[in-house]
Amino acid sequence: MRIAVCIKQVPTREWQPRIDDTKRGVREQDASFEMNEPDAYALEEALRLREKHGGEVVACTAGPARASQVLREALARGADRAIHVEDDRLSSVGTDPAVVAGALAEAVRDEKFDLVLTGLQSDDQGAAQTGVILAERLGLPHATIVMEVQVQEPHVRVKRELEGGWFQWVQMPLPALVTIQSGINQLRYATLKGIMGAKKKEIRKVVPTALPASRTSLVSLDVPRKTKQTQMVAGSPADAAKTLVAKLKDEARVIE
Amino acid sequence: MILVVAEQQGGKLHRASWEAVAAAQELAGDRPIAAVILGAGPADAAAALSAAALSAVHVIDSPLVEPYTPDAYVDALVKAIGELRPDYVVLAHTYRTRDFAPKLAARLDRALVSDCVGIRPGSKTTFLRPVFQGKLVAEVAAEGEPPHLVSVQIGAYRGDNAKRGAAPASVTPLHVALDASAIRQKAEEPFQEARQAVDLSQAERIVAVGRGIKAQEHLAVAEKLASVLGAQLAASRPICDSGWLPMERQIGSSGQTVAPKLYVALGISGAIQHVVGMKGSRTIVAINKDADAPIFEIADYGIVGDLFEIVPAMIAELEKR
Repeated sequence: MRIAVCIKQVPTREWQPRIDDTKRGVREQDASFEMNEPDAYALEEALRLREKHGGEVVACTAGPARASQVLREALARGADRAIHVEDDRLSSVGTDPAVVAGALAEAVRDEKFDLVLTGLQSDDQGAAQTGVILAERLGLPHATIVMEVQVQEPHVRVKRELEGGWFQWVQMPLPALVTIQSGINQLRYATLKGIMGAKKKEIRKVVPTALPASRTSLVSLDVPRKTKQTQMVAGSPADAAKTLVAKLKDEARVIE
Repeated sequence: MILVVAEQQGGKLHRASWEAVAAAQELAGDRPIAAVILGAGPADAAAALSAAALSAVHVIDSPLVEPYTPDAYVDALVKAIGELRPDYVVLAHTYRTRDFAPKLAARLDRALVSDCVGIRPGSKTTFLRPVFQGKLVAEVAAEGEPPHLVSVQIGAYRGDNAKRGAAPASVTPLHVALDASAIRQKAEEPFQEARQAVDLSQAERIVAVGRGIKAQEHLAVAEKLASVLGAQLAASRPICDSGWLPMERQIGSSGQTVAPKLYVALGISGAIQHVVGMKGSRTIVAINKDADAPIFEIADYGIVGDLFEIVPAMIAELEKR
């Protein structure tokens, strides 16, 4: 099995983005970055499939130079090699997922992977499009929001999560693309040996000559408007708790 | 013309299809709105949908689109769009839409603006969508040739606000030649993992925990608060993924949808996947150390601080009563 895992580098969840003067970007200076969480689960699933069926796991990302950090991390966790589609235009807030998917497709097409895994969506832009468009651009069948992967060559059988606690098994011929839901497995973390070993592994850099046309454009960024009048309760923990409990009883009348 | 892609399962119209109609009505201006629905004998769902103020409900009735597969849907909808030639295609951002809409947009080589929460109609219509876990809102325009595809977030529009027609819309079959050999997925019947032993939708009060609880042993403090409030304990997805609470206690798009009298969110940031499952709650209390957490935007009462200090103080206060 030759498995590709597409991984995005995203800002950490704790980071509070500040809008820059153009109103179309954010100040990244104070951001720290990490592996997009659903992609981490996709990587783990790929490593488990390799342990079971043999073959190799290739970590792929599209983004600026800093994105190579998530590839190093993937290599430290056990990926065999990596591909970095490097372009500064692939990581800004308004990047159309079709552009990212198109750039990734060109970079991995000739590798002829048996299985392509990625997370169901990114923690930062959350479009939930890149994996599915990548499948279309590579001519592969796909399934999304998957909670179990069974390789039964020449097929793959996956358990799709539906809404409200429902599931469905779907079978497709390989090669195929699957987007992975968080929680499908228990993540492993890099060992010291893995981190040392990663330094010797290859990261192939691909600089796209042209990017696909963007079908969307970012007009501006804003902070969300409150839809509710929120009463913020201040004070020491004891005072705040006392005020809150009184309000829940006398004002909202939701406790006796 | 605006085309709404409605969704049905087992002849039952997905309630979010009404939300898509409401969004389409905001987008349409003077333009007519039609809907398309796919299934093997989706007559009941089509009839339900025909109550909306629509110019027509187009029905693609074929055994090839039931059970749902993305390949069959994309094949059918490419042909339907070719025939009907809409300016916009509006969908509810359901799990099914996420599965096929990006492929449909890619096949057509057209724009897809996904997970929108607002529409600004105008000479250049734009769409609002949350980014960075809801910490910012992006205003996005679709570029290139029509049709432009737009999916609207569940709960962003109210289905009961969708205008109804004076008379039912005409329900008309839309014949598209589907290619069975183009369908590569073989889908089995949907199933539920286990009977849900806990029905959180009936709970009057819920205490829910998120990542901010940090460790499984810290659940005890949330359990204690739930007990003194007479509340059920629930959680956001990461807590159930970690196995700290069973999946049946998960609130959100992949779990249960609740609307209790009181919802206390402890250490929950307010990611949209969670919020769609609880924003109908009557009174929402949020306790979080991050003052910028999006949960505060939908909370009635908020405390910024350390839940491990505030929750024990609340328990002490409640026990005094």
